[in-house]
Amino acid sequence: MENGTQTAVFYILSGLIVGSAFMVVSLKNIFHSALFLVLCFFSVAGIYILLSAEFVAAVQVLIYVGAITVLLIFAIMLTAQLYSPSIRQSNEQVIPGIIIVGTLLIVTLSVLRRTSWRISTQGIEGQSTVSIGKSLLTTYVLPFEVVSLVLIAALIGAIIIARRE
Amino acid sequence: MPSDYAFVGLFLVFGVAFVLFVFLLSKLIAPYKPNPVKKENYECGEVPIGQGWVQFNVRYYLFAIIFVIFDVEVVFLFPWAVVYKSLGFFAFIEMLIFIAILIFGLVYVWRKGALKWV
Repeated sequence: MENGTQTAVFYILSGLIVGSAFMVVSLKNIFHSALFLVLCFFSVAGIYILLSAEFVAAVQVLIYVGAITVLLIFAIMLTAQLYSPSIRQSNEQVIPGIIIVGTLLIVTLSVLRRTSWRISTQGIEGQSTVSIGKSLLTTYVLPFEVVSLVLIAALIGAIIIARRE
Repeated sequence: MPSDYAFVGLFLVFGVAFVLFVFLLSKLIAPYKPNPVKKENYECGEVPIGQGWVQFNVRYYLFAIIFVIFDVEVVFLFPWAVVYKSLGFFAFIEMLIFIAILIFGLVYVWRKGALKWV
């Protein structure tokens, strides 16, 4: 019963992901594309919860659904002539695109088929957030502090680029 | 456990269904008699100038980037808060260093005047 429900939820979420991703690339109005991207990101967060990775799901919602989308929507609103019917959204590189994506698909599928997927017999112990917090503050304390330096570098870089105008 | 989130899923389904239901209801009940004046963009009762889709100021983007960076900082506070009691003072110092470095970033942004709207 439990397994059946999980499988059903997995297929619903996968359907949402694929469907919304298709809408992102096919819609005429890029603002609507950005909104469908939100749905796509949100469904991915659902998949993470299905995998008992609650912290990753929370990060997905906070960073991708929250911040990255805001960034994207701002970038869209900065563009001139956002909503004029004379602009074509698709570009001219259809044939190279098909070749590259097709190659990628074949490579990915062959890798997926050749890998022997080992299923762990032991379940997930406790809550993932606790173990992530523990290892972040004990074993990986140096990378954790370096993260703040990376963030500050990004901040200063953004300011310097933006101020040059 | 993923099954703990069944209620979240239920809430989501009902939330979406409710919005769809209300839209459908208003479509069924409300009379629909459009005319050019009604279909105009609403601009506080004034006659609208130009389209609703306008180009926004680049300045907003800088605020968005700063927001993203501090959003990532907040993400790191969550696992810290969960294990804070069991790790004690050492964890407190670590997070203090982490936040101090980022506060330096905030001060830098402030001093550069990037938070000011000129």
